[in-house]
Amino acid sequence: MTVRKNQAALTPEEKRAFTAALLELKRNGSYDRFVTTHNGFIMGDTDSGDRVGHRSPSFLPWHRRFLLEFEAALQKVDPAVSLPYWDWTTDRTARSSLWAADFLGGTGRARDGQVLEGPFSYAAGKWNINVRVDGRAYLRRALGTGVAELPTKAEVDAVLSMPVYDMAPWNSASNGFRNHLEGWRGANLHNRVHVWVGGQMATGVSPNDPVFWMHHAFVDKLWAEWQARNPKSTYLPAAGTPNVVDLGDTMRPWNDVTPADMLDHRKFYTFDTEPPAASQR
Amino acid sequence: MNKITRRQALGTTAGALTVLGLTAAATSASAASASAATTPSAAGTVDEVYQGRRIQITPGGGGHHGGHHSPGLPTVRIDGRELHVMRNADGSWISVVNHYETYPDPASLARAAVRELQGATLAPFAPMGGAA
Repeated sequence: MTVRKNQAALTPEEKRAFTAALLELKRNGSYDRFVTTHNGFIMGDTDSGDRVGHRSPSFLPWHRRFLLEFEAALQKVDPAVSLPYWDWTTDRTARSSLWAADFLGGTGRARDGQVLEGPFSYAAGKWNINVRVDGRAYLRRALGTGVAELPTKAEVDAVLSMPVYDMAPWNSASNGFRNHLEGWRGANLHNRVHVWVGGQMATGVSPNDPVFWMHHAFVDKLWAEWQARNPKSTYLPAAGTPNVVDLGDTMRPWNDVTPADMLDHRKFYTFDTEPPAASQR
Repeated sequence: MNKITRRQALGTTAGALTVLGLTAAATSASAASASAATTPSAAGTVDEVYQGRRIQITPGGGGHHGGHHSPGLPTVRIDGRELHVMRNADGSWISVVNHYETYPDPASLARAAVRELQGATLAPFAPMGGAA
């Protein structure tokens, strides 16, 4: 069974294995297909039309399924690898070990945002940005520039205490847990982290930065924590909602998986620290 | 108001001047001066030079938007290349280069994209052939 660990707790060997698997997916072409898929949904999901991956209730199950597929690709390269998560309420500065040269490399230089250190720097020769929205082929970041602060634990706690999963109109204007976690409303959690990292992470082709997976693995963990705290709450809407994925509807692009299939992460993996009440569900 | 600042003059490349013609560049640059407070016309049309890049905004109805969106969105171009934009339910705007941060109107969205691009050219929509 896959165990997803806090990135801060990884051993040097686990970091090496994870980055090596990422580089292999990049080399064999699998990686860029994930970037393409994500950008396709980013551009296609709209508040007033069909919406699946973002700005909708299925934001959470869609990304859970997307990460599962990516993790399975990593495990085809190295069965010992699992997706780490980045708890940005704790590791909240550019000095975190996450950004060291032996892992993801640091922020970009001022002139052009280019990341100069680590396995994903352009100079290292193994991380070309191929699926892109502009002409630049190098990984960019501007840690803490687009917005000064990452979300705090208190801000996360306030969102986890919202008892209703999602509400009409089921989009970026909604009240409820999902939209506050996604960040279109309120203190802004998930969206703000993309902006804090900057570079490609602030764009529709955000999976070009490997931190995308660790960010979303933590957003996914927060969904599990919300379930544990709100055991009587569940995914909404239940049925019959135009343009929106109801509990039992299948999700594109897979068309064989529903939000209901994604509700219990323990069918697929566990976390190094499971939410306390989860075992009672 | 009609003065081009030294910085803007330096920021406008020879190439852009050739494309726009000197008169157009001067007019647009003045519109984008200091506060960058271009007032869009009633129709929402914008044509300005901002940090050396030409921003053109044509109100809804134009543009195919890669087949992704319902009609009615403005077409936003930077140096002639279309920027994918989207309107949020609350009336704010995002683009594919600033996807997780909202802006109050297409002009400020386009200027944010220019800053983000740092001189780079926009790629066509649907890179690598689009969604899976």
